[in-house]
Amino acid sequence: MSQDIWVVVEALRGDVSEISYTMLAAGRALADGLGGKLIVLLLGHKAEAMASTLGAADEVHYVEHASLAEFTPDAYQRVIARLIKEDPPRAALFGHSSMGMDVVCSIGIRLGAPLITYCQTLDVEDGVPRYISLTCGGKVLAGGELPAPTCLVTIVPGGYKPEDGKKEGAPEVTQFAPPAVLDDLKVNLKGYIEPEVGEVDVTKEAILVSVGRGIQQQDNLKLAEELASAMGGAVSASRPIVDQGWLPTSRLIGKSGMSVKPRLYLPLGISGAPEHMEGVTDFETMIAINTDERAPIFDIAQYGATVDVLDLLPVLIEKVKDAKSG
Amino acid sequence: MHIIVLIKFVPDLVEEMEIDDSRTALDRTFMRLIPSEQDEHALEQALLLNERLGGTVSVVTLDTGDVDETLFTAVASGADRVIKIIGEGFEAGINNHAASAVLYEALKDVGFDLILTGTQAVDDLDGSVGPLLAARLDLPYVGYITGITQEDGKIVVRKEYPGGLIAEMEVSLPAVIGIQAAEEAPRYVVTSLVMEAMKTATIEELDVEAVDGSGAVGIERMYLPEPSERAEMIDGDVDQVADALVALFQERGLI
Amino acid sequence: MPIEPMLVLVGFLAALTVFSYRLYQRFVHMRLGQPARSFTQFGERIKALLVFVFGQRRLFRFPMPGLGHFFIFWGFVLLFPTIVLAILEGIFPDLLVPFFGTFGPLAVLQDLIAVAVIAAVLYGLYLRLIAKPERYQGSHQAEGTLVLFLILTIMTSLLLMNGLRQNLGESLIEPAYWQPISVLVGSLFAGLGEGVQQVIGSAAYWVHLGVVLVFLAILPVGKHFHVVTSVFNVFLRNQEPPGNLPPAPQFDGQVGIKNVEQFSWLQMLAWYSCTECGRCQEVCPAYASGLPLSPKLLIMGLRAHLFERGSALQAANGTGSSQAIGNGAGQEVLEKELTGDVIADEVLWACTTCYACDQECPLFVEHITPIVDMRRYLLTQQRADTQLMAALGNLRRYGNSFGQSDRKRAMWTKGLEPKIKDIRKEAAQTLWFVGDYASYSPALTAITQATARVFQKAGIDFGLLYDAERNAGNDLRRVGEEGLFELLAMKNKAALDKCEFADIVTTDPHTYNTLVNEYAANGKSPPVYHYTEVLERAIISGQLPIQHQLGYTVTFHDPCYLGRYNGIYDAPRRVLEAIGCRVVEMPRNRDRSLCCGAGGGRIWMEEKGINERPSEIRIREAISLGNAQYFVVACPKDVTMYRDAVKTIGQEGTIEVKDIIELVEEALLAASPVLLEGDESRTGSRLIEQEVDG
Repeated sequence: MSQDIWVVVEALRGDVSEISYTMLAAGRALADGLGGKLIVLLLGHKAEAMASTLGAADEVHYVEHASLAEFTPDAYQRVIARLIKEDPPRAALFGHSSMGMDVVCSIGIRLGAPLITYCQTLDVEDGVPRYISLTCGGKVLAGGELPAPTCLVTIVPGGYKPEDGKKEGAPEVTQFAPPAVLDDLKVNLKGYIEPEVGEVDVTKEAILVSVGRGIQQQDNLKLAEELASAMGGAVSASRPIVDQGWLPTSRLIGKSGMSVKPRLYLPLGISGAPEHMEGVTDFETMIAINTDERAPIFDIAQYGATVDVLDLLPVLIEKVKDAKSG
Repeated sequence: MHIIVLIKFVPDLVEEMEIDDSRTALDRTFMRLIPSEQDEHALEQALLLNERLGGTVSVVTLDTGDVDETLFTAVASGADRVIKIIGEGFEAGINNHAASAVLYEALKDVGFDLILTGTQAVDDLDGSVGPLLAARLDLPYVGYITGITQEDGKIVVRKEYPGGLIAEMEVSLPAVIGIQAAEEAPRYVVTSLVMEAMKTATIEELDVEAVDGSGAVGIERMYLPEPSERAEMIDGDVDQVADALVALFQERGLI
Repeated sequence: MPIEPMLVLVGFLAALTVFSYRLYQRFVHMRLGQPARSFTQFGERIKALLVFVFGQRRLFRFPMPGLGHFFIFWGFVLLFPTIVLAILEGIFPDLLVPFFGTFGPLAVLQDLIAVAVIAAVLYGLYLRLIAKPERYQGSHQAEGTLVLFLILTIMTSLLLMNGLRQNLGESLIEPAYWQPISVLVGSLFAGLGEGVQQVIGSAAYWVHLGVVLVFLAILPVGKHFHVVTSVFNVFLRNQEPPGNLPPAPQFDGQVGIKNVEQFSWLQMLAWYSCTECGRCQEVCPAYASGLPLSPKLLIMGLRAHLFERGSALQAANGTGSSQAIGNGAGQEVLEKELTGDVIADEVLWACTTCYACDQECPLFVEHITPIVDMRRYLLTQQRADTQLMAALGNLRRYGNSFGQSDRKRAMWTKGLEPKIKDIRKEAAQTLWFVGDYASYSPALTAITQATARVFQKAGIDFGLLYDAERNAGNDLRRVGEEGLFELLAMKNKAALDKCEFADIVTTDPHTYNTLVNEYAANGKSPPVYHYTEVLERAIISGQLPIQHQLGYTVTFHDPCYLGRYNGIYDAPRRVLEAIGCRVVEMPRNRDRSLCCGAGGGRIWMEEKGINERPSEIRIREAISLGNAQYFVVACPKDVTMYRDAVKTIGQEGTIEVKDIIELVEEALLAASPVLLEGDESRTGSRLIEQEVDG
């Protein structure tokens, strides 16, 4: 049976997504442990140039077709399913994302291949590949073996640094014609809608004061703004705040929002659910404030306190201002 | 449009999670199950579509124990039919491969335009019910959807990507759609209307025999993360915490 | 037949016809209303008439205007015979009416009251035209001012008329000293010739009669209808305890009130009685904070809508002479929605149900019940903000508004020794019904624990329901979710039924209110106490040994549901005095206490459209006393609201919010040595500041 590991790379409008690099880092470790090759599966149209960022892989299998220019679930799953069927790898890694999750279940059912999702880390023990996945909002972990001969896995961020998946070098690129029929597609892309342009680009801020449910009222946002501006940073938010319309989506950190790598991340009243935390792909310092001492955020932050955010902010603002002036 | 909404009951994360004696699954003895939040959004989206376009909304769920109140609440919110599927082992918990197989048996001969369900649920470990069922029914599936409109016999869905980017995709019907968030927050129905539904509405029951969970990867062990990797907690009152934070900021050259 | 009697007769009949028609029209509109609950306790009702109508008691809550109206009311009563006489003698010039026309002592009373009325009216005109109090904002001011002038004219013309008759010897009141004031007025004209005096006297009569008839004709239109309806309204008022909200009206599956005709005719009678005095508006915390709710404008709006809709319905049915409205305008009126078009949703959601308005109204107009009934309808239509709906979702799923597991309800007890009794398993004398906020709010855990310790020190044998306790439901009823109240009350009652206890104590006045007034099962309910009552008893009996007198100067804030709703004002004050605190009263104290703004479900809603929170207004009121060190509260929501307010207005150094239990616990400890510079204790440094400032 093959010991090769496939990584189904995700690209959105010409850019390879961060999760692809996390997958490459995971895949590299797995392939090395099993003694197999790390092969990237890249679908697209005139997209060969993307292969240059995929140096961590040994080979790139590139499928070229106009219908694959942008991701659509029907076209992509037909192609990927056929390729896996013709040359089954030991494991195929997908991003646990808006793209990966659209296709992986379908491929699994059609090929009868077992599926494990929410996987954070993979490793090899006595020649057997093993997974550790998250569940229940990160409160519970599950682990086991990846069944032979072929297994499908979706990867969530957090287990590997994307940098470890970015390597220089051009792997060998083999171009394939689409093995599957690509007409009569049931899903077609009409177009993209850009997100609202915010005055603030949270991805470029070094200091982020991030607010969650613990801020309670929209009025209290101005306290967060004051702290952020006193420190020379910006305010970002978790989903509930944006859903209420208190801040624009350009401030949303998380799965469906921005990915940030600030020097300082200050989650205030944020519980730390995976959907939000996966937006914080890296940080230097994280200090979490949440009255619930069992909040998952404290598993990720380096420091924490259980005081009330609304009590802390006015005091902290004063002290920061004093420290900066005095 | 004839819409079917699938609701999955999941552990309530407000409670503490406990692992059972086999160390491979959650302990469900005292577990409170609630409808998956994204499935509630799926129901809301279905009701909104129904209000806009007319048709019917049917809610289907597997009977994991205390599902009646949710179903009656769905009727009070505007659902036309509510159906619970009864089978052995549902209460003990089954994986999504098994659940989708059951739903396939129940729905394969039913006529519908659209199946809506949440994109994912908190206890998913083997994919999600929506796309698994879509594959079994050989229907198209798109997930992470936050808006649906109808155009020329097809639907146009708004799909969420990171960074707030939205993709508009046209989908042929019938289809399965995974809802990330409905266009409006799920409505609250006053208790008196729910009570009335309990008196006047009926929950249809469907029996299903075989439950096939193969296709999921086996779980060798389930465990709670170690508390040792936790943050260093700063004690004291607001003044002391603020002082400590300022000291940290200065130490790291942030202010 | 002479012209003059004809004129009087015709004039009187014309005015009477107009009056009757207008009265009938409003009666017809009232008939659209629903049946009222049956009336009982007639003894109480007679007493109410004596105290509130003849005694004008509530009027005096605003002392000067109250005195003025007292005179105007009694003036109307005592001078009514003179009006009848004026009409009768106009029609039958030779008529001699015994007693009313001739009795001297009555005449002097009438003369004196006429002066009082004039003084009152002049004061009223001063208010309307010069002082212009805020509470008149939105009232029909022109109408009010006009009627004051009309009354002034009636009074002065009466005195003039009587005075000149005395001068001319035509008066039936003899001797003249029985009409001292009239005589005084007449003496101003005594120098004029007889003929001139005849003319003036006659003119005075015609003016007097004319204005009276005009007044009669306009009486049913506008606020002076209360002259007719108020007596009935007070007699038929709701005599249930205010803390017992009436059940939700239901109409064929529709819950709450959607159309104005779904109110009862009794409520409509109340709207007719509204005098637009604005006292309700004056005491309303929502109005004070800048929200769009004015109880007065609400009632005026309902009254106006009843009239327009009643008329439109008449026109639509082809009855009544309202065809003038015409199909177009009538149709437009009929399509108006009561909630949304006539009364905006925000107005209805702004109410905190604090009861200040209902208590203030001299005519017992109810404001809260219509608001709650309309809220009940709004909720069935999901017309509420998302934060409220989320809170209701949590209450339904978890039995508390915090969205926390019901299994964690008693987590605040962790670490307390000895462990508090689980009253589900072990009998106890007292069941402590803790309540949501005291149980779940992290900021209040310390206070709840302190309460437990103090109960233990007082030797009270108490237990908790632990996980079986649910939100008692007081605010659920008032926010309009009657069904959820019933569900949670059922669960609570089932839990209570299984336990053995003699009485209930709670720190939360909302919980207290509903347990006392709305939870009676099969007519029987165990006694329920607020913790201040329990503390008072324990301190006075010596069971709770006070170790030292605190010596603080404090002000006490009366919670709405403890004070106004349930009449408990003294227990907390006696507790404070017993622990050596000097209580200084804010201007608005006891039943005039200003609501913190959290009630009626407001604490679950989004805060929108507020200029200044009622809690901030209240803290400023306390600070203006100048010497209150502590703002003492006896309600968990008050602690939350007022501590927040102190922070928001940046007054942490000036005043501190304390729950009464914190002070009691402090008094149970031995006194700490006198504290001078260097010591951080509040007491020490505060006392010294006081002395320095003098």
